[in-house]
Amino acid sequence: MSSVVIGADENIASHENYLSSGWNWRSWLLTLDHKRIGILYVVTITLLFGIGGAAAALIRLDLLTPHSQLVSIETYNKLFTLHGVIMVWFFLIPSIPATLGNFLVPLMVGARDLAFPRLNLLSWYLFVFGGLFTIYALLAGGVDTGWTMYSPYSTTYSTSHVFAVATGVFIAGFSSILTGLNFIVTIHEMRAPGMTWFRLPLFIWSMYATSLILVLATPVLAMTLMLMGIERTFGIGVFDPALGGDPLLFQHLFWFYSHPAVYIMVVPAMGVASEIISCFCRNPVFGYRFMAYAILAIAAFGFVVWGHHMFVSGQSAYAGTVFSLLTFLVSVPSAIKVFNWTATLYKAHVTFYAPMLYALGFVGLFTIGGLTGLFLASLGLDVQLHDTYFVVAHFHYIMVGAAVMAFFGGIHFWWPKITGRMYPEGWARFAAILTFIGFNLTFFPQFILGYLGMPRRYPEYPPEFQVWNVLSSAGSSLLVFGYVLPLAYLLWSVKYGAKAPANPWGAKGLEWQTESPPPTLNFHKTPIVTEEAYAYRTESAHG
Amino acid sequence: MAEHAATMAHQHQFDDAEQQRSAANLGIWLFLATEILFFGVLFAAYAITRVRFPDAFAAASRLTNLPLAGVNTAVLITSSLSMALAVHTARHGARRATVGWLSLTVALGIAFLCIKAVEYRFDFLEHLVPRLDFRYEGAQADQVELFFYMYFFITGVHALHVLIGVGCIATIAVMASHDRFGPSYYTPVDVVGLYWHLVDVIWLFVFPILYLVSRS
Repeated sequence: MSSVVIGADENIASHENYLSSGWNWRSWLLTLDHKRIGILYVVTITLLFGIGGAAAALIRLDLLTPHSQLVSIETYNKLFTLHGVIMVWFFLIPSIPATLGNFLVPLMVGARDLAFPRLNLLSWYLFVFGGLFTIYALLAGGVDTGWTMYSPYSTTYSTSHVFAVATGVFIAGFSSILTGLNFIVTIHEMRAPGMTWFRLPLFIWSMYATSLILVLATPVLAMTLMLMGIERTFGIGVFDPALGGDPLLFQHLFWFYSHPAVYIMVVPAMGVASEIISCFCRNPVFGYRFMAYAILAIAAFGFVVWGHHMFVSGQSAYAGTVFSLLTFLVSVPSAIKVFNWTATLYKAHVTFYAPMLYALGFVGLFTIGGLTGLFLASLGLDVQLHDTYFVVAHFHYIMVGAAVMAFFGGIHFWWPKITGRMYPEGWARFAAILTFIGFNLTFFPQFILGYLGMPRRYPEYPPEFQVWNVLSSAGSSLLVFGYVLPLAYLLWSVKYGAKAPANPWGAKGLEWQTESPPPTLNFHKTPIVTEEAYAYRTESAHG
Repeated sequence: MAEHAATMAHQHQFDDAEQQRSAANLGIWLFLATEILFFGVLFAAYAITRVRFPDAFAAASRLTNLPLAGVNTAVLITSSLSMALAVHTARHGARRATVGWLSLTVALGIAFLCIKAVEYRFDFLEHLVPRLDFRYEGAQADQVELFFYMYFFITGVHALHVLIGVGCIATIAVMASHDRFGPSYYTPVDVVGLYWHLVDVIWLFVFPILYLVSRS
């Protein structure tokens, strides 16, 4: 996407940039700059990821032995609930959109900022307040409902701090809605001259589809949690069977949001992978338009498959059949994407920098996670596999394997742009490989455990399952290093890393045409786009 | 109009005032879509519970206060008219007329809330408030109570939206009195107007499902 940018020289910028323009608390906490707000999100979700990860580490430690020896059963329930709530709503949902998306959407479309910068800052504050509520619930004694908060347990029986957590998620939901709204308006209205819809990078398409889900699904969750919280407080409501309410209604409404929420996590990852793979193959993404349509198709299908979470909940057999069929349909656009990434690699001159290792890891893990999803979409098989570790392994392959690998890949890929520094390549490659191995060692045994019948959310299991649990726990300790290592060397690189040029990867895309780090208004002059996205082959020599 | 020229300048992220206006418009329509889904949950919950207990819901809806709700419907529809006229006059830079229509809209919004409060008081006196001192002698008393739970929830969330709308309209009325709007910049009036119409439209669904259906 080469374009005319005046003033953005290839050399390292020495003049004012968005990081150098003020370093007091006001310049950060009251900033309206989308790039700084992106960094505020990075810091916030890293802290929350640490809390959610610590809970996961305790769960894996406890599962080393068939009897729950480390923590009590009540504590175990609170640990997996905390892990789920924090990781889903306070890490995965905002991970790529609120950090990389915030930073990159205006840069990639050639705009000076998002359409509504104040709304963007408000989103971050709402997210922080939501997070504080949730941390309060954690300190006050925890929640034991599981992240799904099914009624009537959440509305009637649980004695833990359900209300505080629901309030936290409710508030954070508005952060999601406002971020999605901001992105959609920005992508519609603020593209630079020449930046037509089908010249947009696939990352922008993925942000667009994700934003549609954020805007259309999150209000349903918000109102459902409000109904649940009020029902819990006043002892009357539409979910309580004692008065004629319907607990299945809660599940329908909950999954109407929470299934599309999975696509909020993985669709941005697809966008990141497309950018990285294309760059390190020096190839345009194969079948660009199909990739864009596939992203939209996944987002659209995502809204009509929620019933596959309820095959054994007492939903009608007809509804189950239809939801099963629709779920199989999601695999079509997903497969298109995997085939097209593979085709992009075909006969390409591939270089294996760390972001590329992460992106390739993403494709592999996404494929396994996607294919095992087809097992669960089958009505008959799901009866055996429902609520077992097979399900746990499946969604971790998508939400951690795919989404978090891509998040780390994206952070490495755009790190020079964000900070103006290079990360240490050797360490980064090591961390990428370690994460990949650790991830598979953690979660592949869980497919076997689930197939053998070990139910999820149980702290105890028969002794014959121990070997698989020990393997899984061993893998999770590797995973811890895989995640902590980048935190260490990336922080190190902010001060000691080599200075990054404007375009260290020789990548296409408007964000690489401005300096690293970019000036406050992103471009010195509004860029004019004259080429398709990923026009790698048109250049004879590349960096 | 000299003062208003200053506010015509667009914010730094936009290329021109037209782009800014267009972005605000798309933004509010997206926001309205989220509102529809927000209320959609309540309509879905109502519909499902009603299908399960048609007799109890029919009996319960006969206990609602139709005269007051009918008057309130008229009040709210009229307020949408005055809001539409305010958008029209703001676009033509008629400051006094805009302030007048916006003030009328605020007054009608407050009237709606007051009438609603009176209606809630009657409901309370008739022991229709769930979990407080709910009393119902007929069959399926639990399900009738569930209806009134839905009634208070839906009308309560709607009234909250009316209250927010009244606050927003009062704010732009003050802005209008400072001559901030004219043919080239009246986005706040337009945007708040769209929100107000949506609150009105939602009431036009709330009113029949709670007060009218199977009342006869």
